[in-house]
Amino acid sequence: FYLTPPQVNSILKANEYSFKVPEFDGKNVSSVLGFDSNQLPANAPIEDRRSAATCLQTRGMLLGVFDGHAGCACAQAVSERLFYYIAVSLLPHETLLEIENAVESGRALLPILQWHKHPNDYFSKEASKLYFNSLRTYWQELIDLNSGETTDVKEALINAFKRLDNDISLEAQVGDPNSFLNYLVLRVAFSGATACVAHVDGVDLHIANTGDSRAMLGVQEQDGSWSAVNLSYDHNAQNEREVERVKMEHPKSEEKSLVKQDRLLGLLMPFRAFGDVKFKWSIELQKRVVESGPDQLNDNEYTKFIPPNYHTPPYLTAEPEVIHHKLRPQDKFLVLATDGLWETMHRQDVARIVGEYLTGVHHQQPIAVGGYKVTLGQMHGLLAERRARISSVFEDQNAATHLIRHAVGNNEFGTVDHERLSKMLSLPEELARMYRDDITIIVVQFNSHVI
Amino acid sequence: AARMFLRLLSDVRWRAANPKWRRMTCSRRSTSSTAEPHPVSLPAQAQVVICGGGIMGTSVAYHLSKMGWKDIVLLEQGRLAAGTTRFCAGIVSTARHVSIELKMADYSNKLYQQLEQETGVKTGYMKTGSISLAQTQDRLISLKRIASSLNVMGIPCEIITPKQVAQLHPLINIHDLVGAMYVPEDALVSSANVSLALATAASRNGVQIHERTSVSHVSVQKGCVTGVETDRGQIQCQYFVNCAGQWAYELGHSGEEPVNIPLHACEHFYLLTHPLKEPLASNLPTIVDLDGRIYIRNWQGGILSGGFEKNPKPLFTEGRNQLEIQNLQEDWDHFEPLLSALLRRMPDLEALQIMQLVNCPESFTPDMRCIMGESPTVRGYFVLAGMNSAGISYGGGAGKYLAEWMVNGYPSENVWPLDLKRFGTLQSSRTFLRHRVMEVMPLMCDLKVPRWDFQTGRQLRTSPLYDRLDAQGARWMEKHGFERVKYFVPPGKDLLDLDQSKTFYKPDWFDIVGSEVKCCKEAVCVIDMSSFTKFEISSTGDQALESLQYLFSNDLDVPVGHVVHTGMLNENGGYENDCSIARLSKRSFFMISPTDQQVHCWAWLKNRLPDDSNLTMEDVTWKYTALNLIGPRAVDVLSELSYAPITPEHFPSLFCKEMSVGYANGIRVMSITHTGEPGFMLYIPIEYALHVYNEVMNMGQKYGIRNAGYYALRSLRIEKFFAFWGQDLDAFTTPMECGREFQVKLEKGMQFVGQEALLEQKQNGVYKRFTMFILEDHDTDMDLWPWWGEPIFRNGRYVGKTTSSAYSYTLERHVCLGFVQHFDEKTGEELVVTTDFINQGEYEIDIAGQRFQAKAKLYPFSSLFTHRRRKDEVELSGYQRE
Repeated sequence: FYLTPPQVNSILKANEYSFKVPEFDGKNVSSVLGFDSNQLPANAPIEDRRSAATCLQTRGMLLGVFDGHAGCACAQAVSERLFYYIAVSLLPHETLLEIENAVESGRALLPILQWHKHPNDYFSKEASKLYFNSLRTYWQELIDLNSGETTDVKEALINAFKRLDNDISLEAQVGDPNSFLNYLVLRVAFSGATACVAHVDGVDLHIANTGDSRAMLGVQEQDGSWSAVNLSYDHNAQNEREVERVKMEHPKSEEKSLVKQDRLLGLLMPFRAFGDVKFKWSIELQKRVVESGPDQLNDNEYTKFIPPNYHTPPYLTAEPEVIHHKLRPQDKFLVLATDGLWETMHRQDVARIVGEYLTGVHHQQPIAVGGYKVTLGQMHGLLAERRARISSVFEDQNAATHLIRHAVGNNEFGTVDHERLSKMLSLPEELARMYRDDITIIVVQFNSHVI
Repeated sequence: AARMFLRLLSDVRWRAANPKWRRMTCSRRSTSSTAEPHPVSLPAQAQVVICGGGIMGTSVAYHLSKMGWKDIVLLEQGRLAAGTTRFCAGIVSTARHVSIELKMADYSNKLYQQLEQETGVKTGYMKTGSISLAQTQDRLISLKRIASSLNVMGIPCEIITPKQVAQLHPLINIHDLVGAMYVPEDALVSSANVSLALATAASRNGVQIHERTSVSHVSVQKGCVTGVETDRGQIQCQYFVNCAGQWAYELGHSGEEPVNIPLHACEHFYLLTHPLKEPLASNLPTIVDLDGRIYIRNWQGGILSGGFEKNPKPLFTEGRNQLEIQNLQEDWDHFEPLLSALLRRMPDLEALQIMQLVNCPESFTPDMRCIMGESPTVRGYFVLAGMNSAGISYGGGAGKYLAEWMVNGYPSENVWPLDLKRFGTLQSSRTFLRHRVMEVMPLMCDLKVPRWDFQTGRQLRTSPLYDRLDAQGARWMEKHGFERVKYFVPPGKDLLDLDQSKTFYKPDWFDIVGSEVKCCKEAVCVIDMSSFTKFEISSTGDQALESLQYLFSNDLDVPVGHVVHTGMLNENGGYENDCSIARLSKRSFFMISPTDQQVHCWAWLKNRLPDDSNLTMEDVTWKYTALNLIGPRAVDVLSELSYAPITPEHFPSLFCKEMSVGYANGIRVMSITHTGEPGFMLYIPIEYALHVYNEVMNMGQKYGIRNAGYYALRSLRIEKFFAFWGQDLDAFTTPMECGREFQVKLEKGMQFVGQEALLEQKQNGVYKRFTMFILEDHDTDMDLWPWWGEPIFRNGRYVGKTTSSAYSYTLERHVCLGFVQHFDEKTGEELVVTTDFINQGEYEIDIAGQRFQAKAKLYPFSSLFTHRRRKDEVELSGYQRE
């Protein structure tokens, strides 16, 4: 038995989201036309998260994908909090003061972010007060620090990543009188998440990456073909520089035990991540927190388990690698995706599929013969080509959905095979994770006319 | 390129031929603005105003003026022949499925052929012939059926092999063909010039033509046309003819008294190319590749090729009007499948250069047939529109029939299939039209198989039992918007998909209908027949009886409670309607007519009943649900449910009584079944419908009751030789011609419509005779099934066509009904048809070119039907409808 095409579509489209930047918002013409995002779960519940928001007190747009492991708590927290940390890091001194004064005097706060969320992307109401207090502490420190210098985006991104991870760690150590929150902050800290975040402001594109999600730029060559440019480095065992870095940070005696079976300490695939305090705290701290923690934590074998050859923590950092790229007219789109996509598709194919999708939908101009000399045969060839392009595209209104359809359903010829797609999507929950990972994709489309 | 093309198609040398005409319109060459002065002012009044200067309007003007009407004004909002007419492909093709359409096309072809000589206007007429290709055996069968019709009409036509196709046309790839039909007399014309030629001739005959004059609405008083309002003033007139093409719908709705003209435009694309290196001969046959959905004709040394795609683009749903059709957008991506089909058919054209893709809207109707005739609501308001892309083929003939209709009161052929009155207000919703034409346009090329149903615009009118019946496996067809059951699929039994079940052979429901028929014969079945048209006519005094006695041929002065089968005849004795009328009381009558009579019959009676406030007629169709209880045990079911004696003594045949059934009171029960089988029709006020149905089904269980559908009914009525109005009977058949003298009371003591004509027929004999044919050497499992329209041969000579057919499960043979004529062997003159002539012949029926022996009968079998019946004789040769 197979799923019918409409059933397949309803599964693929359940989480899709599109945002178009309003064309004439009166303020500035955005270099971003809009973005499509989507995610397909393999884990139940899904451990990936995504976020997108427009900065309201500074310019620019933030987009990110977050791949959780050992549960989704950390990815969820990062998806809620990271953009606030980034936005705050970018704010000028005066704005920070204004905000602090507003909070102090109980006045209405200037909005910092405008979120673009799918209905399934939720925020934790219970933790908001706790999260807010941590954030406020951060900006108060920034105010005290007042360097007087204009904020560098790269630095702001790095600071925000590190600060958030630090806060996650601290909150878990301090705990919370509310038992629900107490358990929550511990779950956040003991689970982990990678993050790949893009900040776009005019032609300045910054990618901050921690872990093995990936950012890729889709470039249209002069001849119309598509190529891919990586804007992030994977932080995993395949990245020699990253292996070197880890080795440099620990004594030579640990060299052999640091990376085993392509995993950090033989356990963790990404070499950088949020949370994962098991790879960051000292053994004593871990034991103390677990013992004083709630029963649920104590009963969990994973949290009690100390990684082997654990001598000189921390082994893991949330510090991102930031790449700055000046957008060019040929840069048509950016794909942010968790490793679920990159495991199944080569970036070159991703560039081609998204590129053709976007031009098919938006740039397939009607043909007019006009005064040109065209033969029936030439016209026929042209039309056949256009139709082939459209037929694979017409089902999807969302580039991310289209990409997922290819990632899951592609056969050896690189075209979507409904039978395969149907099989992959009807796998029972317990089997799905063996054939594929959670996939989360954001496709950002740039406005070439502005760049 | 577009401008050049326009000039090519509407070459306007014709104006030189007519100085008067030139003076009227000479300013048009300097055309740029719309504010040109009109040199000739509009007349204040005219007998006829025609709106629309395309092929239809000019053809009507031409024929009216030829028939002697001179006081005619033709108004065109833009320029003559500048709308769809200018753009149409100019193919005159007689290969048509419907006999009346075939006749129109044949007449048009002959008219256009001599038009240049008659008017001096170059029409570009070229007899090229046409070749319709078949890629499948089913398609070839379909073509063979058309070929049979053409041949008996005297139109040369032959079925040819793929090799012969290659000989007739050098460019065709024949590898995927199984055969073709060649019609050598089909032609090409410049459609705009044909239209201008007709206008020229009409203008010489005195018709006034005014361009750039648009009609805003038609004025109506007391249900009659009194004049038209235009942007240049008012014209008083008696007749108005709406030939506004795709704007006809809007124009019909513009007045205070709306006239519903259900049609809707779709974009239609065709391609023009530059000439081939060796230009194509101008007499090269036109190719129609229905399986590829395309047509290809030679055009100025190159080709013109268009088609009917599967995904048409309807337009102007909101009714956007415009002066002339602007060049709409070319849509090459949309045309791609048709271009592929073209290059598959003629691969050598690859290198041919494109000139233009033309987008020319065509209007389509809900049933693929054109619309002509008088409005049922406004007298003097005539319509000719909705040509379904065959305007040039039909133009001449359609104009002629409409002109005859206006001048004589009726056309010279049966045009009921095209009559505006086959539609009502229910077909005029814009949404319905938009959805339906999207189905109709692709159908132009689809295989026409028997018993085909539209899929769009359904479930509009339904019986209150619809959901109940549907849940029991009902399969539905639609008539006049009403859903009716074809048959019931028993649980667990799967029928073929819609597409697969399209067949010219034995259908997949054969056994299902067989078992329903068996149940009707042996036990009892219930058929929901709520779609019947039902009128109540009553008066304070004798007005109702007197009027009906005049309008109907049978004697209606019968005791209260009797049901009378009678024809509603025209002056020539032909059936305008065939109905049963129950006398409810001395002064009120309940009249039951076929479903599609709702508009026609209403208009006919409204126009003829005296304008008397004491006489009322009401359409009560929607008030009653009708259940037909057929079978020998119907009487048992009914008597148990009503506690009333229903023996033949208390309830003889052709009787009507109001009685209670279950808890429900006021059910009109009539002892008729429209099949010749014993049983009853129950007319149930709708709120009781579900109750009565449930009671009948519960009580009927012990008698083996089951649901049945119209296919079973059809088989029953045809094997009993019951004629059905709209299929077998029409305005050109009289009771005398179909063995129903007994339904005519020539001596009922008062005059009635058609009486004189019938008296004359009684004295002089009839020229055609309704006959029943039993197919002898026809193998139900293996052979093609008859449908209707099959030629009948007597002693090898053509004598007529069948009008309906069905498999008789009792006779285990196919039965065809049809009319036999007697043509003099030498002169072809029609002679009187006698009983002996019928009986002393050897008959054959031609099904798609294959002839089957048939036995002719003038009276139904009675010995075969051994079940108990009451007064069969009366109802047996009675009437039937579907």
